[in-house]
Amino acid sequence: MAHALVFIDNPGAALKKSSLELLTIGRSLGETAVAFTGELNDDVAATLGAYGVTAVYRPSADDLDDYLVGPKAVYLAAAVGASGASAVLVDNSPEGKEIAGRLGIKLNAGVITDVVGVEPDGTAHKSVLAGSYTTTAKATTPVTILSVKANNVEPAPAAVATAPATATVDVPADAAVNSARIATRTEKPVSGRPDLGEARIVVAGGRGVDGDFGPVEELADALGAAVGASRAATDAGWIGHDAQVGQTGVTVSPQLYISAGISGAIQQKAGMQTSKVIVAINKDAESPVFEIADYGIIGDLFKVLPQATAEIKKRKG
Amino acid sequence: MEETLKIVVLVKHVPDAQFDRHITGPGNTTDRDESILSELDEYALEAALQLAEERGGPKAGNEVIALSMGPAGAVNAVKKSLQIGAYSGVHLSDDALAGSDAAATSLALAAAIRHLSADGRPVDLVLTGMASTDGETSLIPAQLAERLSFPQVTFASSLDIAGGQVTARRDAGAYSETVEAQLPAVVSVTDQINEPRYPNFKGILAAKKKKIASLSLADIGVDASQVGLAGSWTVVESADARPPRTAGTIITDDGDAGIKLVDFLAAQKLL
Repeated sequence: MAHALVFIDNPGAALKKSSLELLTIGRSLGETAVAFTGELNDDVAATLGAYGVTAVYRPSADDLDDYLVGPKAVYLAAAVGASGASAVLVDNSPEGKEIAGRLGIKLNAGVITDVVGVEPDGTAHKSVLAGSYTTTAKATTPVTILSVKANNVEPAPAAVATAPATATVDVPADAAVNSARIATRTEKPVSGRPDLGEARIVVAGGRGVDGDFGPVEELADALGAAVGASRAATDAGWIGHDAQVGQTGVTVSPQLYISAGISGAIQQKAGMQTSKVIVAINKDAESPVFEIADYGIIGDLFKVLPQATAEIKKRKG
Repeated sequence: MEETLKIVVLVKHVPDAQFDRHITGPGNTTDRDESILSELDEYALEAALQLAEERGGPKAGNEVIALSMGPAGAVNAVKKSLQIGAYSGVHLSDDALAGSDAAATSLALAAAIRHLSADGRPVDLVLTGMASTDGETSLIPAQLAERLSFPQVTFASSLDIAGGQVTARRDAGAYSETVEAQLPAVVSVTDQINEPRYPNFKGILAAKKKKIASLSLADIGVDASQVGLAGSWTVVESADARPPRTAGTIITDDGDAGIKLVDFLAAQKLL
C-alpha cells in the first residue's frame, strides 16, 4: 500500500523539476507510487526508480489528452483506488488544480491548493491573501489531495533506488462523457528562458520600460532569469500576457526578483512579495515598490540595467 | 437569431485588495468588512451580457442571473452586478454556510443552480471568473462542474456559443487550445476575454427595479451539516500574518548604480 500517489502528466523526454519535487515530498510522507500518463521512456523510468518510486500506474485509455481535465480525474481516482494512497500530490498548474478539484469531489477528499510545504502527517502550509498570511491547513478526510507550488523543496533522489513495478489502471469507457473536447492544441513559442513560475531569478519590467523590453531581457539572459512584467506592460501589448506577474497573472516566489520601472501597486505586489530578495529600479523615489525592496535604486533603468548587464558579463568572464 | 440562453454568473463579495486584508473570522476565515465585487467576476458578467445581447437581450427571453453565496453583505456583490447589467439576482445566504471550503461551497452552489433550473427552464451556462481575488484556489468551476455533471471549460480567453455548443480558446498552460463542449456547461473566463463595462447612471437607476431573490439552505434542499465548517473537508488550523517587508538600502544613481547593484547581488551570493 502506497502512502502517496504523485500525478505525472505527459513528462515527455525528462521529468520536470516540479515533478522531482513532488516525488521528494511524496517520500517524506511514506511509500510513493506514481500515476503516469503519456510515453514512459527509459530515462524517465530510471529517474522514477532513482527517486524511490515503488509502483508506476498507467491508464488503459490513450485518449485522455483529447479532453479537458475530466477523464484524467477519472483515471486518477482509479489509480488512488489501485494504490491505496492516502495522499495525492499534483502540480499547481491550472490543470493540476482542476484535476485535484474534481478528484476531491469523486473521492470525498479535502483539497488544498497552492501548497508550499507538507508535514509528514499531510498537514500543508500555504501562503494566502497575496502572501500577507501563511496558514496551515489539513484535510479531515481519509484521502488528502495537495497541489504543490514549485521551488519549495530541493529535489533529492532516494538513498536506495528502486525498480518500480508497472501496472495498468482501467479507465472506464464513459470517462470522457460530460467533458470538454480539445479540438486544437498549439504549443506556445518557447523562449529558451526558464519558466516564469519556476525560475530562481525573475527580472520584470513595467510602465517605465516604455515599450522597450530589451534592457530587461538582456539582464535576464545575463542572470539566466525569467522575464516578467506588470499588468500595465502586458495591457499595453509590449510583452505577452503570459509574462504578467501579479494577482491576475503568475505568482512568483524566486530567490531574486528585480523590478524595473514598476511602481509596485498592490496588483503587482500581490504576485511577488514573497520573493526572497527584491531589487527595485525606478525613476520615481516615491514608488511604493521601494517600501518592500531590499535594495532600491532611484535612477533610469535604461542606464542602470545595461551597466549591470555589462558588469555581470565582465565578472562571469 | 440564435437560441436564447439562461445564464447564471457566479459573483463573489471579496475583501478589497487595495486595503490590508485580515484573517480574523471563526475557523480562520477572512474578515469581509471592506468588501467589493471580485474584480475577476466582472469579466464573467460582461461575457454573459454580451452573449445575451447577441441573442436579443431580456426581451427575447434571455436570462442573466447574478448568483452570490455569502453573509448579508454579499448582497452588495449582487446589487453591483445588477447595476452593471445583470437582469436579476440571487443571494444564497444562511448562517450555516459560514466557513465553507471549496467542496462545501460547490455543493451549495450546485444545489442553488439545480433550484434555479426547477422553474421548467434549465440553466444553460454557468459563468465564473478565473479565480476569486481572496481565496484564489480556482477550485469552484471544476468542483461545480463535477457536482452538476456538466463539462467544464476553464480559463477561456474567447467564448462562442452556437447550436448548443461552447467553443472557447484556452491559454492556461504551455499550450493554446481550442476547446468544445455541449451545453449545459460551466465556463470560467480570464481577464483577457473582454473589457468589462462600468455601471452608468441609467444602469444604477434600473438596478433598483430588478429582483433579488433570497435563498436559504432549506430552499435549495441542503442540510446544514453538509456545508460550513461541519461540511468542509479541509480545516485551516492556524493563520499568521507575515511580518511586513521592510525597506532596505535605497541609493540614488550617480552613474555607477549598475555596478553597485552587481556588488549587492554578489554579496547576497545571487550571481
